[in-house]
Amino acid sequence: MKLVKPAVILLLLTLCSSCSVFTIGPSAASQSLYLAIGQQPVLEKIVDNLITIIGQDDVVFDHFAESNVSHFRKKLTIFLCHITDGPCQYTGDTMQDIHRGMQISANQFNHFVELFIEAMNISDIKYPLQNKLLARLAPLRKNIIKI
Amino acid sequence: MNNISALFTLFVLAVFSANCFAEGKILATAGVSQIEGAGGGGIVPWAQIAGYATQESASISAACSRVTVKDFSLNTCGLQANFYDRIELSFAQQTFAVKPLSLNLKQSIIGAKIKLFGDFVYSDMPQVSLGIQNKQLKTPDIAMSLGAKKDSGIDVYLAASKLHLGFINGYNWLWNITARHTTSNQIGLLGFGGAHEKQKIQLEASTAILLTRHLALGVEYRQKPDNLNLAENHWQDIFIAWFPNKHFSLTLAYVDLGRIATIDKQTGWYLSTMWYL
Repeated sequence: MKLVKPAVILLLLTLCSSCSVFTIGPSAASQSLYLAIGQQPVLEKIVDNLITIIGQDDVVFDHFAESNVSHFRKKLTIFLCHITDGPCQYTGDTMQDIHRGMQISANQFNHFVELFIEAMNISDIKYPLQNKLLARLAPLRKNIIKI
Repeated sequence: MNNISALFTLFVLAVFSANCFAEGKILATAGVSQIEGAGGGGIVPWAQIAGYATQESASISAACSRVTVKDFSLNTCGLQANFYDRIELSFAQQTFAVKPLSLNLKQSIIGAKIKLFGDFVYSDMPQVSLGIQNKQLKTPDIAMSLGAKKDSGIDVYLAASKLHLGFINGYNWLWNITARHTTSNQIGLLGFGGAHEKQKIQLEASTAILLTRHLALGVEYRQKPDNLNLAENHWQDIFIAWFPNKHFSLTLAYVDLGRIATIDKQTGWYLSTMWYL
């Protein structure tokens, strides 16, 4: 066990040094994820970057070809605001309703996740905040793929 | 030098020709190859099926690793096939150099793993898989002289793995626990069974933090039986794994293998490269 102890301490130190408040668990934050990310302007930036990326992507573009871009932009921004505990109430279609009949595969879903990560990267979202947002979105997968 | 330059060329190709948006699992979630050829960490097989294939695709991967401790070294090369992220087939060849005796022990391992349920990233439950490793020691003389009963054996293991997104201060955290039924002495390199065979279920565990999308830092622990009454120790390591893209990974670890064949304090380094197609 002599190796495991310093290893665990090293892991903890690495994590503590990156942030003054140490939290474990999915929702133990003192401020909302919405505030941490940078509120409405930053969410809009992520969505705009995502739209640009989708427009240049061969794999998923077909699924969006007939979408109304301004509607998509508005609804997704509200959805992200809602899911990050911001001051918004998403009242649009459910994830099932939006994706029903599209037969989205696991590969396409993962590809979209990577496009979303890229959109967050371009929007200068810090890696831990990206992960926290992805953790909120990941449970939606079962309502999106293969329906 | 030819080997080194070929390896370097492969390395450069793998790192720079790769498309970062290749299909399949999210980067780094495929894990690496453990020393017996199965998908996992460095010394512990995990529930993940090796490689980046998803339920709609198949993939193959190859890995070579070298462990160098004070009086021994272990070279392993292995291949894995992933069918629909459900079934993994693997093959590995090990060469274990016993420096004090200037001899090599060789073992080959055929492995299979099936995912039973769960998803490493997306389900609430962990991913749980059942695996088997059929080991054949090709150089049984040393093993037999130390009291091993057989030159081949079958390990069966049940593994549970889970990645928790943003779980520790926003960093992704993964854990794996494996229970293995085995009679292997030093994973089979010193044969199978012995006069002091007792409990056969051994526990193994790994945990890691993803420091970035490309870098994982973790620790591993692996219990081992002491069938030969040679005070065989449990193994542990601390590792860092780098995933520049979905076609290549590099893992470096500091390992503590304890006592091997009556020689104490076998600590040293582990380096592994893996290629994914």
